[in-house]
Amino acid sequence: MSHVGVERTATGVPNRKLGIWLFLASECMFFGALIATYLVYQGQSLVGPYPEDLFNIPLTTVSTFVLLMSSLAMVLAVSASQRQDMRGTRIWLGVTAGMGLIFLGFQAYEYAHFIQAGLTLSVNLFGSTFYVLTGIHGTHVLIGVVWLLSLLVHTLRPLDWSRRALDIEIAGLYWHFVDVVWIVIFTVIYLLGVGG
Amino acid sequence: MNAPNPSGGVHHVSPATYWKVGGTLAVLTALEVAVVYIDALKPFLAFLLLLIGVIKFALVAMYFMHLKFDAPIFSRFFVGGIVLAIVLAVAVLAIVQHNRAAEALLRG
Amino acid sequence: MATHDEVYQGIRSGFALPRPQSTTGFWSWVTTVDHKRIGIMYFVTSIFFFLVGGIEALFIRAQLFAPNLNLISADRFNQLFTMHGTTMVFLAVMPLSAAFFNYLLPLMLGARDVAFPRLNAFSYWMYLFGGIFINLGWFVEAVPAVGWFGYANLTSTTYTPGLATDYWALGLQILGIGTLVSGFNFIVTILNMRAPGMTLMKMPVFAWTTLVTSFLIIFSFPSVTVGLLLLTFDRLFGANFFEVAANADVVLWQHLFWIFGHPEVYILILPAMGIVSEILPTFARKPLFGYSVMVFSTMLIGFMGFMVWSHHMFTVGLGPVVNSIFSLATMAIAIPTGVKIFNWISTLWGGSIRFRTPLLFALGFIFMFMIGGLSGVMHSSAPSNAQQQDTYFVVAHFHYVLIGGAIFALFAGIYYWFPKVTGRLMNETLGKLNFILMFIGFNVTFFPMHFLGLMGMPRRIYTYGPELGLTFWNQVSTVGAFILAVGVAVFLVNLAVSLRRGEIAAADPWDARTLEWMTSNPPPVYNFAEIPVVSARDEFWARKYEGVAARESAAAHENSGERGIHLPGNSYFPILMAAGITIFSLGLLYHAAVTFTGLAITVLSLFGWAFEGVGGTIVYPEGEAR
Repeated sequence: MSHVGVERTATGVPNRKLGIWLFLASECMFFGALIATYLVYQGQSLVGPYPEDLFNIPLTTVSTFVLLMSSLAMVLAVSASQRQDMRGTRIWLGVTAGMGLIFLGFQAYEYAHFIQAGLTLSVNLFGSTFYVLTGIHGTHVLIGVVWLLSLLVHTLRPLDWSRRALDIEIAGLYWHFVDVVWIVIFTVIYLLGVGG
Repeated sequence: MNAPNPSGGVHHVSPATYWKVGGTLAVLTALEVAVVYIDALKPFLAFLLLLIGVIKFALVAMYFMHLKFDAPIFSRFFVGGIVLAIVLAVAVLAIVQHNRAAEALLRG
Repeated sequence: MATHDEVYQGIRSGFALPRPQSTTGFWSWVTTVDHKRIGIMYFVTSIFFFLVGGIEALFIRAQLFAPNLNLISADRFNQLFTMHGTTMVFLAVMPLSAAFFNYLLPLMLGARDVAFPRLNAFSYWMYLFGGIFINLGWFVEAVPAVGWFGYANLTSTTYTPGLATDYWALGLQILGIGTLVSGFNFIVTILNMRAPGMTLMKMPVFAWTTLVTSFLIIFSFPSVTVGLLLLTFDRLFGANFFEVAANADVVLWQHLFWIFGHPEVYILILPAMGIVSEILPTFARKPLFGYSVMVFSTMLIGFMGFMVWSHHMFTVGLGPVVNSIFSLATMAIAIPTGVKIFNWISTLWGGSIRFRTPLLFALGFIFMFMIGGLSGVMHSSAPSNAQQQDTYFVVAHFHYVLIGGAIFALFAGIYYWFPKVTGRLMNETLGKLNFILMFIGFNVTFFPMHFLGLMGMPRRIYTYGPELGLTFWNQVSTVGAFILAVGVAVFLVNLAVSLRRGEIAAADPWDARTLEWMTSNPPPVYNFAEIPVVSARDEFWARKYEGVAARESAAAHENSGERGIHLPGNSYFPILMAAGITIFSLGLLYHAAVTFTGLAITVLSLFGWAFEGVGGTIVYPEGEAR
């Protein structure tokens, strides 16, 4: 197999794809440390507001659902790009980025609501750990949205499909990772936080 | 469906499969939330939630991230990272809990 | 002369600067993506910081020469040991290892460059800017003084107000990003860029230790990244992560730090072990004894390195169960380490040994690393550790592994590969003088610290009373430090003299064994006109002495000089992006406008980077049919 623009490698997998997977493996440790910090301080706040006062499970369920479905849109974009289906690629990239923005909108609404209820970064351990963990995840989503929109703009240029499909696949891997991190956060922080 | 796939293999995954996985994820999320509100399941709540969470995680990783079809080297690194993160996180949590229990014992 | 054809025009866009074209002069270095040039820049910068850290150490030793001296104030003393530790670990030893990774790995693997040449340049600039950032405090009287592991809550705004600790935390963060990126880069390079036929088990051991080191980097740095992030949120935005008043647990910092910090120890020593494993076989003219055992013990050390972090916390009071577990795990690491020492000795056994300077430093490494390893085993026992914690005994231990171990091995590597980089040999007489002075100076400085520690002298104390009986060994130690400094000065002289007037090196001056010696000294920009096809572990040796013929392969042919060699284009964006991140961090301490400027530079550079593409030229090596 020898495509233009695809280098021959000793393992047979492209450099950039191996690189992104190593990055994601490293990110596991990064989010692992953040989530562990949250759990170490869970239930240790001396003053309120506490998680059970604030978490709105139905609302977060909706935003979680949006992010999950954005992963579906993302994989459809990757699939379309691999079939060299230009129109499908653009549509699904746009849908994914749009759903990412909706998720961020929910997060902004949630933050505004929590701040109104008295939860700031400094008020207690819950505030510190909650905002930093979800804020860093949100930053990842934001970076992903910018990345996807850039790729969308880029598909308007003449395409070298073998390169472009790999570009989109790599962005997709990042996007799915951000999604699975949210699966963990939703389950461990939100659901177990109020139910457990 | 014989797209040039830079990984060396060819993905034989149709969009229909992705839609099915997406549907399953949606159902699992609904189930997850429902479990929280069913009082009878309270004793098994943590177990059930973690189980469903793991299934969701695995579905996204295996199908959407193609780990099921792709070169095994990716799975090895990714799973390695996850396992290391979990082991270290659990160890730190255990040490911290152990210390808090010991301190509580000392205070009486 | 090679001819250049402009090809692979990068996609032009509003973001992209014109591609830098110069191949000589200042801008060609600033924009370079050549792993050899980047390696040289790492080398020069890390030697500079090594001298800075060394001068800081001399101040410390001068202050401790006699009881109740007042050469420097207690505050200044705190700043000096903090910056000495931070500088030596992050700005001297790690990047000096990185200099070797950069220069040598592609050559050893039979590759034309690393996997991501522009990211490689980015890593270097992050290192340089991070190093400058941490040291900026010297110019604005905000020098970090919290120790190199910055324990909470000494690092809180209550106990260290001002900007010093912020400079430390953000500077380490900048360095950490650069290091992480080079970690990804080298793993991909080692796994993907090997010459045809070079299976993993045919790689030089140095490539193996670099691989394991890189994995340690990508899995351990995130932990300290999170720790520093939490600390920065505490200090700049009023979060409570390490605020005891809010019921925070300050020991969390120690966990986050040492989950990184212990693998970091192996990040410092594994490359040194790799260098020694290359030098011993060459100068004993024998293959490395127990290659596969060496590889597996390296992996085992890397893996176990993650499971022992709490042995830095034996006196925190984690309880007998936790301490016992970590004691046992720590003792177990002595096994793969001991295996390596026996392998090195067995490599020498029965060899026809040539005592050249690289071998002397390598032997010094084995001897002193063993002493440091043995005192390490003493620490691993929690009750014994309780006596030694925070005393000069620990200082003696880690200097034996980091100077006697890492620095001696890195110096061995410098003497060994100097002809590869410059085409000249280093002066052998000065080299031997350098070794003798450093060996004596080092042992006179640090061996007495074992006694001082057991006599109860705590580390990080700026002076001591005359009645404590610590004076004599402190004076011996200070004298030793200055002998060591003279040794380093001889090294610098040797470097300068040999660079200009050193004996011109033969193509294969040491009768070496590995691929990097199969190309000219220094190598051409594309490394190999023809990519070698590998069929043996010590390919070069096998071709010279064992009658192994050079093989042909389709893969090598596809990449041959005859068809033209693609060289990636130089780029402004690595340095711009690194500058953007540094300006962003500076802005966090001073003004939001600066922060946003830095952010804008970072984002624009990222787009420029993506849109300009790899670019580059096609080169036809001289003498090849076109």
